[in-house]
Amino acid sequence: MSVVIHPEAEYAAFVAEGRLMLQRVRGTGEYVFFPRVAQPGTGNADLEWVEASGDGVLYSYTVTRNRPPAEDYVIALVDLAEGVRMMSRIVDCDLADLTIGMALRARAGAVDGTPAILFAPAEGPAA
Amino acid sequence: MSAFPRGRTAIVGAAVTGIDSRPGFSAIELLARAALLALADAGLTPADVDGVFSTLPEDPFSAMSVPEYLGIRPRVVDSTRTGGSGFQVQAMWAALALDARLCDVALICYGSNQRSGAGGLVRSGGAPFPYEAPYKPRNPTTSYALATQRHMHQYGTTREHLAEVAVAARKWAQLNPDAFSRDDLSIDDVLGARMVSDPLTVRDCCLVTDGAAAVVMTRADRARDLANKPVYLLGAADATWHRNISTMDDLTVTAASEAAPRAFAQAGVSPSDIDVVELYDAFTINTILFLEDMGFCPKGEGGRFVSDGAIAPGGRLAVNTNGGGLSCAHPGMYGLFTMVEAATQLRGQAGDRQVAGARLALSHGNGGVLSSQAVTIWGTEDCL
Repeated sequence: MSVVIHPEAEYAAFVAEGRLMLQRVRGTGEYVFFPRVAQPGTGNADLEWVEASGDGVLYSYTVTRNRPPAEDYVIALVDLAEGVRMMSRIVDCDLADLTIGMALRARAGAVDGTPAILFAPAEGPAA
Repeated sequence: MSAFPRGRTAIVGAAVTGIDSRPGFSAIELLARAALLALADAGLTPADVDGVFSTLPEDPFSAMSVPEYLGIRPRVVDSTRTGGSGFQVQAMWAALALDARLCDVALICYGSNQRSGAGGLVRSGGAPFPYEAPYKPRNPTTSYALATQRHMHQYGTTREHLAEVAVAARKWAQLNPDAFSRDDLSIDDVLGARMVSDPLTVRDCCLVTDGAAAVVMTRADRARDLANKPVYLLGAADATWHRNISTMDDLTVTAASEAAPRAFAQAGVSPSDIDVVELYDAFTINTILFLEDMGFCPKGEGGRFVSDGAIAPGGRLAVNTNGGGLSCAHPGMYGLFTMVEAATQLRGQAGDRQVAGARLALSHGNGGVLSSQAVTIWGTEDCL
């Protein structure tokens, strides 16, 4: 519940720790993502960091095709339970099982060695 | 209701060049060749120009480098960077500047050598977005694929519908000697092409070509004294809703749904009046989304609307009559090419692809990843 001072740097630091953190407007409880110095539209800068539930739903996805030996990967837009949307990758899911609307669960991971918040099917292996 | 100067400015010269992607020209050389062709088309020279609206993909200072190159000391400059829609935005500002007598002759111009010069995509887009870049989206394709997948899920749009868009564009291109890709293309060819980013194959994606385009605008009173039949600007509006695909509210509804009604209101016409529709088709989903958002068909019906060759030559609506970004040209930013084609059609100079009796044309630009949408509506003298 720290005060938000440097949104971009602080978010990156949370991700490096494997945590998905969202900004929330004190008073209204509305969530903000991507992290900003103020809530878009209202300009309300009274924001705090809170841990996301990690629950989400698949809004859309695409399989990025690569020439071997590079592997294909799934880029997705995930609607979080908190009402905000983020880009991520879907892991541990057969391509044939990808369905818009499927329940997803966030997990700490990495993309090519760089820490990132990833998503897997909610009924899949626990994080 | 805005006080847009309907019909008080016009295109009097227009040109495209360099689509054939012959190596050896820089971007500004291509731009200058198009500018000089458009000026010659109008019977003018660089010395007549006092408003320069320029774009070069890799030069953020084109508002100075283009006047320098052409030998112009402009009273008005602009280099709006909203991606491929910047040219329609510039036409709007050029009309206002001309009407306010801030300038008398406006040159809108663009050039890119991205196929022959860069050996791939020219990096014209700003800093990476820190909340998407770590996942390595391959933009712009990733973003348009996400929109496509969502439209298919929500409205039952199929890959065959998408392929119809590509095939229609190719059939128009086969009537355009300037178009880059003119080989036969079938629905099965599109469906069987290499998958790039599901559900988009390489044939659902625009070309990568060189190319340059330019138009010359002036006030209507002066336009009537020049060589060509003026093509009057009746309405122009743009709308910007986001920059990055992850912040777009509904991936099936673009800001064209806001820009187009404003442009139609300024022009005093409706979608059913339009004879020629020139849309920014960077990907096959674009044509479907924009036909819906601009009111040519209901939301969600775009796929069915384009079926059975409905937007191909001889179909129910003439769409992207030059072959579009899919089959004519796509030099990084394509928006100015839709404006040149609209003018060519309204001047009755489109050759084998001429739409008989065309009086009203829509020229649209799309920038970013469905981010900036700009719509211009043009008409012949009898539409004033």
